[in-house]
Amino acid sequence: MSEINATMNGAAGAPGIDAGARYHVRDHHPENGTMLGFWIYLMSDCLIFASLFATYAVLGRNYAGGPSGAELFDLKLVGINTAFLLVSSITFGFAMISAQAKNLAKTQLWLVVTGILGACFLGLELYEFYHLIHEGAGPARSAFLTAFFSLVGTHGLHVLFGIVWLITLVVQLGKHGLNVENMRRLSCLSLFWHFLDVVWIFVFTFVYLMGTLP
Amino acid sequence: MSEHHNHGHDDHGHGHGHGHHDAHAVHYSLKDYTIGFTLAVILTVIPFWLVMGNILDPGTTRFVIMGFAAVQLVVHMVYFLHMNSKSEGGWNMMALILTLVLLGIVLSGSIWVMYHMNVNMMPNMGEATEAMKHGTHDMP
Repeated sequence: MSEINATMNGAAGAPGIDAGARYHVRDHHPENGTMLGFWIYLMSDCLIFASLFATYAVLGRNYAGGPSGAELFDLKLVGINTAFLLVSSITFGFAMISAQAKNLAKTQLWLVVTGILGACFLGLELYEFYHLIHEGAGPARSAFLTAFFSLVGTHGLHVLFGIVWLITLVVQLGKHGLNVENMRRLSCLSLFWHFLDVVWIFVFTFVYLMGTLP
Repeated sequence: MSEHHNHGHDDHGHGHGHGHHDAHAVHYSLKDYTIGFTLAVILTVIPFWLVMGNILDPGTTRFVIMGFAAVQLVVHMVYFLHMNSKSEGGWNMMALILTLVLLGIVLSGSIWVMYHMNVNMMPNMGEATEAMKHGTHDMP
């Protein structure tokens, strides 16, 4: 922080330099590091999902006399959910394209659209969970359901945090515009959001589609 | 210290535009997203159609939809995550490969070990399983 101040004082005489520039001078290297660091975070997140998938693979057929996936899953609902997430991926892409073109209003608009689609996804998932628990197929019913709720719930939690991040970023963009910091944050969130969609591919394939197969 | 900063500022005049691109070397193009989205939709609709319509027998379907998931993973990585072997000086790819190796070990290891445990336990567990049905379920 003090370094930023020092830079600002130093730059006081040069009126042509904007805030982003000062940041850039100080942080050229760490900025590159941020994307790599965020990528490494995503990779470690991958491992969390890998262990949850492994748990599901091991316990996924232990119904304990309870309902099986084929009886519980409503593929139409899952299909709609998949569509929400997939469309939200491309709307995030539109936000990135707008940000690249320095169009602040459009960027914010697409981010809001993405957030709404994410919220729809989450809403449907919560409805599904509520429905399952209401039917007596809660996480305590069988090992299969425990594994199912942990895996899908963890993914849902990630989407929730993604939406919180989206809202934060829309506010930040409104305050500071498309400066270097916000561009970096957008790039990170873009990776995060697309990563969640990638995880969802495996959730719908291995959990829902394969669970429905006899 | 101030010398360093001054140097930085001098540099900056022409460095900013360039450095900016450097930090976000990814170029987001409408074409990439459109191609990626179209492919992803196709690769999602087919597995759903196969399972919901009972097109193939279950064993084949299992392998086919796994294949589709793998292809879609690659599509997402290329067109949405904009990955290539050169991003972040190759370190992204390194981290990805390490993760894939760990993922393979964790997944195949757990499935293999637990499968064998189930198989090996079965013959001697006849009475115990009966007992377990009345008590705790699903103890591994």
